[in-house]
Amino acid sequence: MNKLPDNTTVEQWDTIITPRKSLFELNFKEVWQYRDLLLLFVRRDFVAMYKQTVLGPLWYLVQPILTTLMFTVVFSRIAKISTDGIPPMLFYLAGITNWNYFASCLKSVSGTFRSNQGIFGKVYFPRLVTPLSIVISNMIKYAIQLLLFAGFYIYFEFVSSTAQVNAYALLFPLLVVLLAGLGLGFGLVITSMTTKYRDLIFLLQFGVQLAMYATPVIYPLSQIPEQYQWVAALNPMTSVIETFKYGFLGQGTFSWGHLAYSFCFMVALMLAGIVIFNRTEKNFMDTV
Amino acid sequence: MNSPGVALRLRVEEKNMSKTVIKVENLSKQYRLGLVGTGTLSHDINRWWHLVRGKEDPYLKIGETNDRASRGNSEYVWALQDINFEVKEGEVLGIIGKNGAGKSTLLKLLSKVTAPTTGSIKAKGRIASLLEVGTGFHPELTGRENIYLNGTILGMSKAEVSSKLDEIVAFAGVERYLDTPVKRYSSGMTVRLGFAVAAHLEPEILIVDEVLAVGDAEFQRKAVGKMKEVSKEGGRTVLFVSHNMASVKKLCSKSILLDNGVIKEHGPTEFIVNRYLSKGSLNEKPYLKKKSYQIYSETILIKKIGYFDKVFHFTFFSKVLHERIAIVCKIYSTDEVLIFKTSTSPIWSTKNFPMKGECTFQLDIKQLNLIEGDYYIGLEVTSPNIKRILRIDNAFPFTVHYSNIYKGSKRLRIGEDGFIMAPHNWKKIS
Repeated sequence: MNKLPDNTTVEQWDTIITPRKSLFELNFKEVWQYRDLLLLFVRRDFVAMYKQTVLGPLWYLVQPILTTLMFTVVFSRIAKISTDGIPPMLFYLAGITNWNYFASCLKSVSGTFRSNQGIFGKVYFPRLVTPLSIVISNMIKYAIQLLLFAGFYIYFEFVSSTAQVNAYALLFPLLVVLLAGLGLGFGLVITSMTTKYRDLIFLLQFGVQLAMYATPVIYPLSQIPEQYQWVAALNPMTSVIETFKYGFLGQGTFSWGHLAYSFCFMVALMLAGIVIFNRTEKNFMDTV
Repeated sequence: MNSPGVALRLRVEEKNMSKTVIKVENLSKQYRLGLVGTGTLSHDINRWWHLVRGKEDPYLKIGETNDRASRGNSEYVWALQDINFEVKEGEVLGIIGKNGAGKSTLLKLLSKVTAPTTGSIKAKGRIASLLEVGTGFHPELTGRENIYLNGTILGMSKAEVSSKLDEIVAFAGVERYLDTPVKRYSSGMTVRLGFAVAAHLEPEILIVDEVLAVGDAEFQRKAVGKMKEVSKEGGRTVLFVSHNMASVKKLCSKSILLDNGVIKEHGPTEFIVNRYLSKGSLNEKPYLKKKSYQIYSETILIKKIGYFDKVFHFTFFSKVLHERIAIVCKIYSTDEVLIFKTSTSPIWSTKNFPMKGECTFQLDIKQLNLIEGDYYIGLEVTSPNIKRILRIDNAFPFTVHYSNIYKGSKRLRIGEDGFIMAPHNWKKIS
């Protein structure tokens, strides 16, 4: 707000609406004011999902179980891809659970503007609330799927006890932040870019599929020849999945360098995403 | 930036010295017509190239006033152009205008749904906008869950909604259905629930778009009443857009008349509404001049309407012969109350006329005794099998001056004292 020299007629305005926001005018205070809405969105997404179903949230378990079985048959039994001595079921489940959290955040967030144009066109609230609520409601799904992973983990501990949880598992909270941040960051960029030109949407559909194969989800990083491992590590998801497996299953590749790289990547991506998102939210109703 | 449109800077009369809560300055909004496609990309690149070289956006210079009926040359139109006004605290401002005049665009800008192209809006206090009732209702969630969801979308906190839950439910009249998914509600119930939530918002500034045009008559009365209460007792500022002149008159003290994206008039509602209704007919010259109405492939056009020597004259022109047509003439007050209706059709005890070429009809009303004020005439031409050939609701505005058939000295006012006068007597009989 401009402070005029003569303070007799300085008017205090609570809201000033102008054509463009400055690049870094990020109103986190406003998002905080709308925290109740954020939680209600999370609740809505979660509750609406299983209304009128018998199994309810148990449906969240069906997809990872079936995918894991499928991968076990195809990649382990038929293609005979090594899992570094970890029971294949456990190995794939670890990968899929984490990858799915990232992928579902990415996919839902990148549809923010298009799927909410009804609400966005009628009422103002900080738009960032919507993608944040998506990340959180997916986190609930992720937590349920982690319970499944924990169940399998205990079972395999009894049967074979090959997997060894170690101190690196304490990095888990950081990994969750990385997964959420990467999904959110990519999603924000994509949803902002697709309000006017929808081309990216087509890429997104199979892009996420392909990206999974470029990430050590169904194979360990150690399977890649050493001199090319740095290429795989350029993918910020690589170190996240590998660290998870290293910490909980005791097998894999761990490198502080890779992890630090992923973290910096995530922070930069998030900032870029939020800035682009903020610029887009002002006018997207005209072009979406 | 110079704009071709006429910018009217009208100052709100300084009747009360209360503070200004909304200040709109040089507000404009430009839209691009047509599809978003490769052409858009080339414009975007061009725009970016100008920006890089530090030049002005080349597409802001072009653009025309938004007259949707005439075909323009430019792909860009100004939906709003150089809008300036102020709203004082506690004022209820009506925004009226034809379809496409820019009313909704203005509300969208005020409620931050989309950003202006140029200019600024400054406001004091929390703004809540009600461009639709029940925004964000999820069909699978129950009434209670949706009250919370909708309330927080509109800017309330969860605790605020909780404290008002009983009132909201009572206002909407949906106690029994509170824990039933909204998808099982009738559409009226959904709308009532949505309005009930919105009516219990407590923002300093409330922006409302035609939401009163929903629900049954009883609910509409309730809604208008609630809006009045909000502004009168709550001392809150309300901006209200509507096509319903009666509710604009009931609610708003001041109004803005928008036309083709510019403010045409700004002043007391009574005056603006009358101006709008008379303008409506004068502006829409096509009715009287150019366009003929083609319905059922028959063509009739009104050439002239006039009032000479206490008699109305209607001149029509018809290319083809209509054997028997009936003319219906209706007199409305400016708030769209039908006061009088008459027809040449036999069921109104006169007769049908043939029509070909230019024909003038005369309507002589001996004793209508309208109270002084503004009225307008609506015209219809129908054929015997009740096919409507032509209908113009707002064909001819007229004003009645100095009319009082009573002996008393009271100056009669339209609406307050009814619409018509009738010769009558009072007698004490016991």
